[in-house]
This record gives sequence, C-alpha cells and structure tokens, in this order.
Amino acid sequence: MLAVVGTIPDPDFPLTIGKVDMVENRLRIDGKHVPVNRGTPALLGAMVNTLKVLGTKDIIGFIAGDIGIGDGSRKLYQYLVENNSQIDFHAIVFHYLQPDVDWHNRILFMLNDLGKKPVLIADAGFMYAAKMSGQAQSYDLFTPDVGELSFLADETAPHPFYTRGFILHDDNKVPDLISRAYLHGNAAKNLLVKGATDYIADKDGIIFSVDKPIVEAMEAMGGTGDTITGIVTALAGTGIPISKAAKIAAKVNRVAGFNAKPTPATQVCEIISHIPQALEKVLKEYNV
Amino acid sequence: MFKLKLFKEKKQQHLSRAELGILVFENTSEVIAAQKVLLANDWEIRVMGPPPEIQSGCDLVIEFPLIQELNILRLLEKAGIPPIETVPVTSPLLQPVDLFQIKDFGEFLMIRAANMKITVKKNTRLIVNVSGGGCPDVPYLASMLVGKTMAQAPNPLDIGHTLCGYALGLAFKEMQKKCSQW
Repeated sequence: MLAVVGTIPDPDFPLTIGKVDMVENRLRIDGKHVPVNRGTPALLGAMVNTLKVLGTKDIIGFIAGDIGIGDGSRKLYQYLVENNSQIDFHAIVFHYLQPDVDWHNRILFMLNDLGKKPVLIADAGFMYAAKMSGQAQSYDLFTPDVGELSFLADETAPHPFYTRGFILHDDNKVPDLISRAYLHGNAAKNLLVKGATDYIADKDGIIFSVDKPIVEAMEAMGGTGDTITGIVTALAGTGIPISKAAKIAAKVNRVAGFNAKPTPATQVCEIISHIPQALEKVLKEYNV
Repeated sequence: MFKLKLFKEKKQQHLSRAELGILVFENTSEVIAAQKVLLANDWEIRVMGPPPEIQSGCDLVIEFPLIQELNILRLLEKAGIPPIETVPVTSPLLQPVDLFQIKDFGEFLMIRAANMKITVKKNTRLIVNVSGGGCPDVPYLASMLVGKTMAQAPNPLDIGHTLCGYALGLAFKEMQKKCSQW
C-alpha cells in the first residue's frame, strides 16, 4: 500500500482517510469526490493512472481541507501521530502541507520508530519543513523544482520566499545548486529536480538527467511537478529503486506532456490522462 | 471564528527559531499599538529586544510566526501601523525575494518570483496558469485566479495567507506592471 498525505483547497473538506480511486476523471476518497487539479489531487491522479499500468496497489489518502491557514495540515499531523499503528506502507509521500517544524519532527520520530520504515518522499510544504528541521537526510527523495532547489541550496533561507538573490539567480547552474544543497545537509538521500532538464542526483552528484522530449509549455502549467511526484511515488512503492524510479517518472511525465500537446494554458488533468500510455512506452524503452 | 480556532491550536505547539520572524517599527508606541492589534486578533506573538543585526527601528521588536507574514502584514496595514521591516529571526539580514524571472512564450508571458509562477495570455491578459509553491494556499489561489483577467482577479496579497501566497503576490504585481506596458 502507498500513502499520500496532503491537502485540498476547500476549507470545508473534513479530515478524510481512505482508499483513493478515480471515477469519471474525479478522485474518490471515502465517498467524497474531488476534482483533479493542481496540488495534491494532481499527485493522486498521477498515482492512480500510474498504478493502472503497474498493477494493483492501493493508495490510502490522508487528506484535509486547507487554504493556507494551516488548520487542515495540523489535523493531519495530529491524526498521523496519534494513529501510528495504521502506518504500514511501502511508500509515503508528504505534499501540500503547512510547513511546521515541530509537527514535522513528531511525524519523523513516529516514522523512525516503525518496525518497517516506508520509502519516504517529501515535496512542497512538507519538504520545506524537512529542510528547516535539519533532517533532510532522513528522506529517500525530495522532488523540488528549480526555485525550490535554490531554497534547499541556501542554508540560511527559512522559506523559498527568502532565498538569497545570488543563489536564485539564473546564472546558477542546477548541478552547482545540487552540490550546495548536499554540502549543507539540506537534501534528501536522492533528489529529483524538475525543470527544463530533470536531474536525478544523490550526495555524489548527478546520476541521470532527462531532457527529452522537450515540452516548454509544461513549465508554466500548474501541477506538472505534482504529477511527476505522484508517478515516482507509485513506481518507488512497487519496489523499483529510487533513482531508477525517478528517471522513469521524469521521462513518463515528459512523454505524457508531449502527447497532450499543451500550451501554457493547458490544465494538468489533460496530462494525467496520458500517463498510462506514456508509462507503457517508457517501461518498454527502459526494458523494465 | 477561523482565526480563533487557529490560535487555540497554535497555543499547543512550539515554533522553532527558523519559523519565526521579526517585525521592526519606527518607535515604541508603534510596537505597543501593533502588539495590541495582534493580540486582539489572537496571534501568538512576543515583544522582545532586537538582534544586533537589525540596524533600524526602535529598541523593541515583535516576534511572530513567519509563515503567516502575509496575514499579519495585511492586518497591521489595515490598522495603519505597518512595520518598517520584516525579517526572519535566524537570518535578520535576509530580504524577501526581489528577483523576477520572465519567460516569453510568444502568445503567453510567465513571471516567476522565488518558487511561484504566474502565466498570462498577452492579448486578453487572462491568467491561464499558476504554478510552483508548496504551501496549502497555492492551489486555493490558483483556483481563485486562473480563468480571470488580471483586472478581474483578486490580488494574492489580499487573499493569500502564507509566504508562497506573498511570493505569488509579488509575481502578480510584476505582471500588472508588464501589462500596463503593453
């Protein structure tokens, strides 16, 4: 089983835990329907469509409504800490959550105490908290975009909003930012950096880079980073090693994007629908 | 109602230094007035002496939860007592992002501020996408902005809550400037 912890932008959506599937292009969790759009719903949609090809593994969603006040995120944190006996997953991804170092640490301590630790993946707000906590190396994978990588590379920044200009500057090459993030202990064991070229790296440097097909419009589209995180979580949850899963995910996201023929105005649900076909193609290409 | 609930929940926990910011004011009277406004609105804050790196303002500052900077600044501006400076506790010399990356897609223009991007169709000024970010108000802001023109859309600085919302607000402001030049 795979787990997703994240929020949706509806203040009235209650704390909900349940199996996630898709019905007529809408996510369904514990009888509640959610449109597939940017953020955690895009990640979930990508996971569901990836698992359509990989076979049956259930996705359990830990979802709450939060529009930035942090209330839904804290309900999720509290639930996880108080119900740790339910945590028995191959992989768990933490996503759009209000960064909160205290709650992050409680969750991480809980996970460290488990008999069998799941593959740990963090993106978005929870990745920010993981970096701020100084415990980034406890994670198997972070999936930053280039702006977030700059934040990981800036040892002083408490949030991407305060990333220093000389680090954020375009002249800084992604490989240098990756090195800097590892130098200060602010990267997970593996990084999948999403951008014009996707980079898969660990503390020793870049392992793979994926730059084809080129789909420039995806940079402007909200949710294309969420889909790649969803794909890699689903792949890693089936036992594929992280760096290989990240390479496949980067390629699949690009192929799905390419097949969707997007413009900067395209919405992410159009890419999600192309994931199964793209995954089949890439698995054949990579002999997986 | 929302805020009161938040306060009660926040009281249970302890924020690390990395999660705190400092509000710097011209004089002590402003600090006291701001303290009153923030406490009346159930924010968990602390009045303290400024760190040595702060060269401006009076000899008192207010410590606050940094992630909620946008919310707090909006409240103080409404009360007529905006701070002269807002900085993170751990690195008081850091400044908010002021570097914008602009990408021209021909028919569309994208502006990035820190980790947030906004994309507009040039001829209609329609906001076609919002991307990046990691705080939970990002999907909410995207749902409020995408599909509206720059003139119709609410300003993220008015409805956002977190530093990601703040960064999107800066990208939005920069896009407004660009639009006025077309």
